[in-house]
Amino acid sequence: MNQPVRVKTLKIDDRDVSGREDETILEVARQNGIFIPTLCHLEGLTPIGACRLCLVEIKGVSRLLPACVTRVEEGMEVYTQSERLQKYRRMVLELLFSERNHICSVCVVNGHCELQSMAQILGMTHVSVPYRFPRLPVDASHERFVVDHNRCILCTRCVRVCDEIEGAHTWDVMGRGIDSRVITDLNQPWGESETCTSCGKCVNVCPTGALFEKGKPVSDRQKKRQFLPYLTMMREERR
Amino acid sequence: MTPEELRRLAESHEEARPEPRHCIKVCVAAGCLSAGSDRVREALQNEIAQRGLENECEVKGVGCLGLCTAGPLMLVEPDGVMYQRVTEEDAPAIVESLGKKSVEQLVCPSDMSFFTKQYKIVLENSGVIDPEKIEDYIARDGYTALARVLEEMTPQEVIDEITRSGLRGRGGAGYPTGLKWSTVAKAGGSRKFVICNADEGDPGAFMDRSVLESDPHRVLEGMAIAAYAVGASQGFLYVRAEYPLAVKRLRTAIRQAERLGLLGNNICGTTFSFHVDIRLGAGAFVCGEETALIASIEGKRGQPRPRPPYPAEYGLWGYPTLINNVETFANVAPIIRNGGDWFASIGTEKSKGTKVFALAGRVRNTGLIEVPMGITLREIIFDIGGGIPDGHRFKAVQTGGPSGGCIPEQYLDMPVDYDSLAKVGSIMGSGGMIVMDETSCMVDVAKFFMDFCVSESCGKCVPCRVGTAQMYHLLNKITSGEATMEDLALLEELCDMVKYTSLCGLGQTAPNPVLSTLQYFREEYIAHIVDKQCPAGVCQMRQ
Amino acid sequence: MSKKRIATVWLDGCSGCHMSFLDMDERLIEVFQQADLVYSPLVDLKEFPEQVDITLVEGAVSSEEDLHKIRMVRERTKILVAFGDCAVTGNVPSMRNPFGAKATLQRAYLENVTLHPQVPREAIPALLEKVRPVHEVVKVDVFIPGCPPSAETIFLALSDLLADRMPDMAKLTRFGA
Repeated sequence: MNQPVRVKTLKIDDRDVSGREDETILEVARQNGIFIPTLCHLEGLTPIGACRLCLVEIKGVSRLLPACVTRVEEGMEVYTQSERLQKYRRMVLELLFSERNHICSVCVVNGHCELQSMAQILGMTHVSVPYRFPRLPVDASHERFVVDHNRCILCTRCVRVCDEIEGAHTWDVMGRGIDSRVITDLNQPWGESETCTSCGKCVNVCPTGALFEKGKPVSDRQKKRQFLPYLTMMREERR
Repeated sequence: MTPEELRRLAESHEEARPEPRHCIKVCVAAGCLSAGSDRVREALQNEIAQRGLENECEVKGVGCLGLCTAGPLMLVEPDGVMYQRVTEEDAPAIVESLGKKSVEQLVCPSDMSFFTKQYKIVLENSGVIDPEKIEDYIARDGYTALARVLEEMTPQEVIDEITRSGLRGRGGAGYPTGLKWSTVAKAGGSRKFVICNADEGDPGAFMDRSVLESDPHRVLEGMAIAAYAVGASQGFLYVRAEYPLAVKRLRTAIRQAERLGLLGNNICGTTFSFHVDIRLGAGAFVCGEETALIASIEGKRGQPRPRPPYPAEYGLWGYPTLINNVETFANVAPIIRNGGDWFASIGTEKSKGTKVFALAGRVRNTGLIEVPMGITLREIIFDIGGGIPDGHRFKAVQTGGPSGGCIPEQYLDMPVDYDSLAKVGSIMGSGGMIVMDETSCMVDVAKFFMDFCVSESCGKCVPCRVGTAQMYHLLNKITSGEATMEDLALLEELCDMVKYTSLCGLGQTAPNPVLSTLQYFREEYIAHIVDKQCPAGVCQMRQ
Repeated sequence: MSKKRIATVWLDGCSGCHMSFLDMDERLIEVFQQADLVYSPLVDLKEFPEQVDITLVEGAVSSEEDLHKIRMVRERTKILVAFGDCAVTGNVPSMRNPFGAKATLQRAYLENVTLHPQVPREAIPALLEKVRPVHEVVKVDVFIPGCPPSAETIFLALSDLLADRMPDMAKLTRFGA
């Protein structure tokens, strides 16, 4: 017997909306055409609440909560666009741009980059914190793919898709804090990885130019993510 | 084992050995050990053997006596004399003096306010019992609380007692312990876990270490009582690997308790079973955060996850999990023995009981102290701590480690409790207390803690990972005389942003040292930026 | 109403932003009905004048000369516009930053040269250790991202500025556009 699904009614930006009790604020907002920015979130992957772009204000709650992991509750009053939130979101982006070497004009995904378009959507015209300009490697040892750490924003979509969808767990993160880096296997060159199945899912979920396929023109670097909801659906059914 | 049997065990232990007339208790906790107390202990033993006094006098290793600055320390019973800064060469004189006039030049006056102003609950056995002997602990009413709980009380009654005591989590945030226990008890699920957080990582803090090294059974007993109350059968002690002595003593303690049926299956002959395993932390500060700690025990990368759901509902491997800090568990047995009302009679209205602090920095008597909540900072620093040495002036006291703040002189008469400390921009934290005089530069202090946060950030969320690095960069600019007032404004903006947008406590509190020094010592920042001068003469300005 | 005084300068850039500026084509006439171009690399004036209303700065700050120039320009300008990605982010010139100035000179003048390799000591302004976007050196009032910003973007931004309005750049352009 299936348990009856409870439905919660709440307000997002003063609009009355409703969602299933197991849905997140982000899911309900998107169903209702309310835009909440995200970078680390990708439908089909476990949400981790790491990029902090989707933080929202909830009436009566002193903390800001990430919409991607916060479940809807009855009577909740959610605000997604306050001036304070917009300022914080812009600062998150500025911090990301300052962290590594994001030089859009010479990037392989210029024009198809989620970080770049997020900057435009959120009205960020420059970075007010100093750029750090770290010296980071590019690993082109794989026959088809390249990882350029200069463009990585550590959203760990690649880590999650590889673990949760492909089941290979080739990707992980090493180091901590500002020195964190995504790695293949135990920090071996990608080309020498024995676990990588070369499926290319990581490349297609990567929001920036950190992961890309060799030998393609920049104009053809649109990431293809249709496989994700499809695969997730297939697995749910098998369960 | 029933309370009766415990008593008999304790008595038989007393009878088994002929009571030596003298007992020299040498501190073998980390502080005194590093000052060479193990060598002193050996020298004393040799001296006694040479004189053939083995039946007359016993040398015993005990836990922390508190006044770490004067180590190695030892206590001679029954004379009640405490000796400080003892060396191997002093051994003959000490043995010679037993029962006679004490060795004048080594005596540490035990009537000084360092000792008389303290109130010991958590540390009641520290420096008294041998941490490696369960019999010593049992002789001091050890495990009677557990036996009583199992024999006479329902889990709900245990929780009620803890709730009545008003105990709040000693790990820093001060969450009501009774409430946490009842949440876990109510949570459904086939399995539950109890975790003791012994991943003490604040710079300058060694409260948990000392408790574990001096009285490990107290923590185990607290965990077992908690497990009974919430319905768990498995516990984990998450200890940092940097505390090898604590780990060793815990291992010994667990083995001893299991042998006596005080841990393991069918504890005290009841149906209640509780196993405790030790997990070693690999040196990440963030693993003190409960969700990161759980991830680490699960064998994953030690990174926090957003809460809710809280571990009480969704914890270790998804099961309801109770996580408390070492000192919290250490308070449990006395509360059960003496009643929640007794505990609630100590301290202030909202902060009950006592708190252990690691007193360090520019103060005469550094060491480990336990004081009733509500004592003033002045009493701690000037009476217990003996004031500032070398004719210097008090400037500020830092509480709460990298999540805390610096409290200036005007608040010295404020009572120490969770809420008062929060009101002045600091926190109770786990109990680190660093005293500073006018030779400390407050910008430099803020930079030190920010440096700590930069290297301890796990890197998961953006504000903490990049924000702390940017704040450190700005502080560095200020201390090297290259900053402008715009940089200061940017620093304040970043503080605000990192505080409110970070994922876990590490990031949310990382700006606190900056914010509190800016609040009370803003003129020092200005001096660095405008006059290009460090008032304390600490920072080297680039010309 | 007197005409606004506009200037343009370039620091370390490729002059692409200025090309895009010229791409405004006949709209240039519209712009210069409301303003005078008082200084520009495109016109033959040697000295940057006093009291300029709007200055468009192309390029990043990467040499001692750039530093000197931008400070002087800032002093004489009411509204300073970071014009294009190099001025706004450091962009391509800043790609040498992870390696440092010395390695850059070595690469350019020694490693890649077959005939008389030598690092010039005269006539070339000393490189700064790190290339910086303009706003890290002086205060910037308006940012026009883009590599280069399109003529349309420049025109709309200028029209707003000439009408004493602050343009909303995020709607018009993006980094690397």
